[in-house]
Amino acid sequence: MASSTIPLTPVKLTAKDFKSDQEVRWCPGCGDYAILAAVQGFMPELGIPRENIVFVSGIGCSSRFPYYMNTYGMHSIHGRAPAIATGLSVSRPDLSVWVVTGDGDALSIGGNHLIHALRRNVNLKILLFNNRIYGLTKGQYSPTSELGKITKSTPAGSADSPFNPISLALGAEATFVARTIDSDRKHLQSVLRAAAEHEGSAFVEIYQNCNIFNDGAFELIKDSTTREDHLIRLEQDQPITFGAEQQFSVTHPAGSFGLKVEEGGEALVHDATVDDPAYAFALSRLSGSDLGTTPIGVFRNVRRPSYDELITKQLVDAKAQADGTPEQMLDGLLGKADTWTIL
Amino acid sequence: MSAGAKRVEQLDRVVIRFAGDSGDGMQLTGDRFTSETAQLGNDISTLPNFPAEIRAPAGTLPGVSSFQVHFADYDILTPGDAPNVLVAMNPAALKANLADLPSGADIIVNTDEFTKRNLAKVGYAVSPLEDGSLAGFAVHPVALTSMTVGALAELGVAKKDGERAKNMFALGLLSWMYSRPFESTLRFLETKFAKRPDLVAANKAAFQAGWNFGETTESFTVRYEVKPAKMKPGTYRNITGNQALALGLVAASVRSKLPLFLGAYPITPASDILHELSKHKKFGITTVQAEDEIAAIGAAVGASYGGALGVTTTSGPGVALKGETISLAIALELPLVIVDVQRAGPSTGMPTKTEQADLNMALFGRHGEAPLAVIAPKSPSDCFHAAIEAARIALKYRTPVILLSDNYVANGSEPWLLPSADELPDISVEFTTEPNGEDGRFLPYLRDPETLARPWAIPGTAGLEHRIGGLEKADKTGDISYDPANHEFMVRTRAQRIETIEVPDVEVEDADENARVLVLGWGSTYGPIGAACRALRQRGLPIAQAHLRHLSPLPPNLGEVLAAYEKVVIPEMNLGQLAHVIRARFLVDAVPFNQVSGLPFTAATLENMLEDVVKNG
Repeated sequence: MASSTIPLTPVKLTAKDFKSDQEVRWCPGCGDYAILAAVQGFMPELGIPRENIVFVSGIGCSSRFPYYMNTYGMHSIHGRAPAIATGLSVSRPDLSVWVVTGDGDALSIGGNHLIHALRRNVNLKILLFNNRIYGLTKGQYSPTSELGKITKSTPAGSADSPFNPISLALGAEATFVARTIDSDRKHLQSVLRAAAEHEGSAFVEIYQNCNIFNDGAFELIKDSTTREDHLIRLEQDQPITFGAEQQFSVTHPAGSFGLKVEEGGEALVHDATVDDPAYAFALSRLSGSDLGTTPIGVFRNVRRPSYDELITKQLVDAKAQADGTPEQMLDGLLGKADTWTIL
Repeated sequence: MSAGAKRVEQLDRVVIRFAGDSGDGMQLTGDRFTSETAQLGNDISTLPNFPAEIRAPAGTLPGVSSFQVHFADYDILTPGDAPNVLVAMNPAALKANLADLPSGADIIVNTDEFTKRNLAKVGYAVSPLEDGSLAGFAVHPVALTSMTVGALAELGVAKKDGERAKNMFALGLLSWMYSRPFESTLRFLETKFAKRPDLVAANKAAFQAGWNFGETTESFTVRYEVKPAKMKPGTYRNITGNQALALGLVAASVRSKLPLFLGAYPITPASDILHELSKHKKFGITTVQAEDEIAAIGAAVGASYGGALGVTTTSGPGVALKGETISLAIALELPLVIVDVQRAGPSTGMPTKTEQADLNMALFGRHGEAPLAVIAPKSPSDCFHAAIEAARIALKYRTPVILLSDNYVANGSEPWLLPSADELPDISVEFTTEPNGEDGRFLPYLRDPETLARPWAIPGTAGLEHRIGGLEKADKTGDISYDPANHEFMVRTRAQRIETIEVPDVEVEDADENARVLVLGWGSTYGPIGAACRALRQRGLPIAQAHLRHLSPLPPNLGEVLAAYEKVVIPEMNLGQLAHVIRARFLVDAVPFNQVSGLPFTAATLENMLEDVVKNG
């Protein structure tokens, strides 16, 4: 973790150290298993003692996650994890605080907390498991479900336009925004690594398969026969090309606000550190509900002071003005007014 | 400014109300007069009354802002029922306040503002100064604005700036009338306008002009004195409830040795607490102005989980939004203080008016069986001690505590005998740092057998890594549990944990010990109930008074106290919420007496009602 405020452990930890004694209770075949294994496998890399790591979640299938991590954890209430984690992170700069949430939890009931955590740049690593469905409540459409989707609560098809979570996070001016896929462990871990190294809010959307209520939602970019023509892997400082022969390029046509996919053409070179979020936003617009051309990887990775840093600095500066014991200072404060004495 | 040669009359108490347009600086004027009065050693109680609008249209009735100060040579409990003196800076201020004046009251009016246009704005066809309608009062017409402008013209002050200083002219006049020491006001002006020496000079000159006018004019023939009150020796300051509550939270942080974390969202009338606490980072206090009420309490819960003293401050609408998170804190069994500065509801209601109608919500307003502790301060300065008590209970018993203040105590003020920090209760608690189970296991829900509190093991503590959440937990281990017997046990244990909280017995004031009627109150009604009881006793009518600070759990002796009287009367600024609880809990035929006007009870209202009960049963 990049932060100098979090201690490091002298002991080498393993994935096993991060497995709690609780029985994992997701449906067999759920994408969450793969994510859990990838996170547990990645955690030792951080070099942070388990007791200084906290997972905070909301409500939903993904939000059971903290129970399975042998760290500190809180399974809170629907949508509020970013708010709770903000209070924890700001008051405890020595902790590595992770938020685990889902598309309903983060983008529907908790949408307000998500955007404000991102705008403040709180030092949180936010993992949004997006399966485009409400799983725990058994199959209603979510804020990332496709327009027209038929579910239990939309028998005639959903009339809601979905959120693009990456666009939303960038709109909130998040400093780190990335997307990855549950089944690609290597890619997932590389994104987690970059997120962990980022100081400030890191927002990671993880496409996650719900094999019970929305099976195969991301098959187009997972199936080896189709993915090469639809999946765009963003690599820092590399031209953005894809296709079996790398025949497709992401280009920026002159005079256009957005980006375009072309066969041939001069491919843009990817740079997540561009300060203006407009570039990353344009990248995020390449993918829609149909997953036609879907970038994964780090969209944006810029540095600005985290909320935690700014608040801590104010506290440190103020405490430097401390003059006496807390009790003496309290006496001073209570009497700091027009006073009168009765003998 | 020498004393004039006018007749000096001694009074034991006076109530003055300063009223004007919300841009006229009446709150400041009242505040300064109060400070001068405090310096003199009178006992004081004040009450501001201002519109919710920041600047309602000038000269209109909704734009009237007022400040009432009651001072006496003995100890007083309320800001006074009816003003003896009204300072009316314009026709709207006169019209809005006239009905509250007893006949014979002094009215000082700023005649410059009694123009045809201003009179028409408030529906006066003829000036009340000329139509004889004020015959029952002692009216003192004063051309306040033009005299201020005139006095300042010599200093080269522009007319517009001169007009703005008219409140200082009024303050100078009243300070002369009531023989107030004015040094603190001059000092205040020097500090307030430190960067504008011209404004210091202008305001001082306006003050002096007002004082001199009193001395020389023939409209005022008498000057008054109110001797100092006999008060307990010590150093005092004047303090509002919101200030006292904020300082009480600072004190709670100091005396618990825990950093204070405040999550808050701006809301009237609680925002002052956020403002005050945000100034005291030196004490290690973090304040987060959250995106909404839910995030505010969420952040406080997160901080509390991390080992801070988590606090959220709000008013009724905010508590409604926080309900689900309060339930989470109950399930997590973490310390948390929720301050509700009550205002008139429902919905937006009357944000600047007072009410006690959130008691039901505080006691019962959550899903599931979700008991917590509830306490209420009885006066502005009591907010300080109530805040420490709320923190003590929250920390010791690992529970959310709702502190029910209200607009009346929050914005009212009274003298406060400064406590010494060292003498405040030590409310520190220990974090758990070692495993408490067999085989070195940590059991996050293994309780202290006495307090039933669970261990507070904060992140960063090696070997005690554990997960907590809103799902029902198994006793001791805290693992998720759907076991029926376990749920029954946990629900009952959470309830018992609140009943286990040690609270002091309720005290009864029954001077003659022969009262048949007990008046029971809670929170901010203490002042008017106390004043009414005193008045009745002075007239030889016995009455007993008991006042509840702890509303959950209730004091252990309450049942006994209630049973000792033939009649129990419960006045409340709601439709009988405490009365309902008392009747249900103790099967006592308590008589509710209710007022929900947005205004506090007057002592006279309660005196009349209680007199009837005492005499006629």
